[in-house]
Amino acid sequence: MAPSLSSFKMLRLDGVSRDFGTVNALRDLTLTIERGEFVALLGPSGCGKSTALNCIAGLLPTSRGAIFLDDQRLDILPTEERGFGMVFQNYALFPHMTVRDNIGFGLKMRGIPKAEAAARVEKAIETVRLGTQAHKLPGQLSGGQQQRVAIARAIVVEPPLVLMDEPLSNLDAKLRLEMRQEIRRIHAGLGSITIYVTHDQDEALSLADRIVVLRDGMIRQVGTPEDLYARPAHLDVAEFMGFRNRIPAKLKTRSGDAVAIDVSGVLLQGIAREDFTGDDVIAAIRPDDLFAGDTHEGGIPAIVEAMEYRGRDFFGSARAKDGTELFFRAARRHTPGETVALIADPARLLVYGAAQ
Amino acid sequence: MSSIDYHSNPGLKARLAARGLDSVTLLVLPAMALLVGLFVYPFLYGLWLSFNPKDGSLLGNYFKFFSDPFLYDTIGTTLKLAVPVTILNLVFAVPVAFRVRLMKNQRLLTTILVLPITLGTVLVAEGMLNYLGPQGWANRIMMLFGIISSPVKLTNNYWGVMLSLVITGFPFTFLLTLSYISGIDPALEQAAATLGAKARARFRYIFLPLLIPGLAITFCLSFVQAYSVFPSAVLLGAPAGPTRVISIAAYQAAFEEYDYSMASAIAMIMGVVQLAVVAAVLQIRNLFYRGPAGGAKG
Repeated sequence: MAPSLSSFKMLRLDGVSRDFGTVNALRDLTLTIERGEFVALLGPSGCGKSTALNCIAGLLPTSRGAIFLDDQRLDILPTEERGFGMVFQNYALFPHMTVRDNIGFGLKMRGIPKAEAAARVEKAIETVRLGTQAHKLPGQLSGGQQQRVAIARAIVVEPPLVLMDEPLSNLDAKLRLEMRQEIRRIHAGLGSITIYVTHDQDEALSLADRIVVLRDGMIRQVGTPEDLYARPAHLDVAEFMGFRNRIPAKLKTRSGDAVAIDVSGVLLQGIAREDFTGDDVIAAIRPDDLFAGDTHEGGIPAIVEAMEYRGRDFFGSARAKDGTELFFRAARRHTPGETVALIADPARLLVYGAAQ
Repeated sequence: MSSIDYHSNPGLKARLAARGLDSVTLLVLPAMALLVGLFVYPFLYGLWLSFNPKDGSLLGNYFKFFSDPFLYDTIGTTLKLAVPVTILNLVFAVPVAFRVRLMKNQRLLTTILVLPITLGTVLVAEGMLNYLGPQGWANRIMMLFGIISSPVKLTNNYWGVMLSLVITGFPFTFLLTLSYISGIDPALEQAAATLGAKARARFRYIFLPLLIPGLAITFCLSFVQAYSVFPSAVLLGAPAGPTRVISIAAYQAAFEEYDYSMASAIAMIMGVVQLAVVAAVLQIRNLFYRGPAGGAKG
């Protein structure tokens, strides 16, 4: 029967793959997750993150590979015997059951004695702070409350693994921030593994211990949030992590990771993030690290196209001489058509090969 | 510059529009006219007619109907056909619909299943008389393999009518059931599976409770169809005996005895019986959850 929470140490994905016809939706997902870890699967839509989650849950059969919980092979078991908790994107609450019955469903299916089940349901209701809503039907709840029910229903069975499929995407911005903290708190209290699928890098950065970036069904980078934020391994990961500026440049000198590059005649210092051959490189930098200062020295000249007010500062878009669109931060509102010099922070300017 | 009057009330047109009455509402009129002309008027006329029997009393037809077993037995006879047929159709339709729901190529199968509707009851009855009659291939094959020694009577009795009603009624029941089953969010079943529910439990606790309101409606519609059976009861049944259904009684009153008043009364009784069954089923349906069958989103 379902593996119990008390005994396991880790979840191991070994070359898990899934094909749809000739399309490889997921290729060779290999990953070991320790008990207590919160892992985010991050990527744009169609990158295979939901496929990965469904394969782990057993809702999709794998084409190749194996899934182990310690030494027990799970991918050959049907969903109902894996014993994982899952939170669906649309919550998938049973509309004809009260909140209490929804949460208690997993315990009922496991044949837990009624008295014990009732106690555990009450505890779960308390954990997600739904005390006064327990007798209601899901249709009578707000989106945030439904979300809590979905989480309570998944965790009440104390699964070794909780799977979450973009659980916050249907909530408004304020609620999303609140629920992030809730999810983190519940995860810490449960001590199991959480695998969280999202396309929102902020969510992944704030929630996860480890982030797995997927693209075209393949792992592009695995690392801590700090790693991914500061040192994306590839240009596509960088783009996804908010490096909106991709500036074509020529390599001048390189020693170790420190590189000097030429952008439209301006010499800039940066950090190389991968080995590349040839002189053509792409410099990637976040808009926040590209600043329209008052001096024109050492900056990339560009013509301002639009500005927007952000409160603390201004966010602008401009076009360089070679036509590259640049996004930057500014202390004041520049007028469109004005030429500005955009200064890049050398520690935040990452350089990748242009050949991809 | 003209000043704008903020204090006058909106015009009649705007007020009517706020209540859902505007020029688009006029599009309902043709259908209304049709409904009144072809249903409401004949119904009320029939009702009036039924209270004007040949003997001049108000309730003469109804007294006559309920004092003559040859007449009032038709209610039971019809129910004995219609209820089992409807239940049987539902019992067949649910598992088939469950299977078809998962199929990628639903259209072909749906077409095949729906074909009997387009054929009409008379053609199906003709076919059955040929295939299932004493000399039909059904009996000959069974005799060939020694399953039976003499032909089994499958037509011109209760079973013939029943079988034909199942054949012609099934597609309708199936299509309705399929649409109700397809309306249930597949994520609900997946959620139940992740919570440890095996296929049987998923059906029992998730699908069935969500399906019951739809099945009740399907039952009502299928039942009403089966209850008004006429052609197959005449062609495939024993219209003087075990399959003397209520519509036959009405037909005989109207076109053999030329007593339109009596025929109207029988038609009214028929309608009341149908309404009673439908009302009972809908009442039972009220005991169950009737909201949307999706993963409710607030």
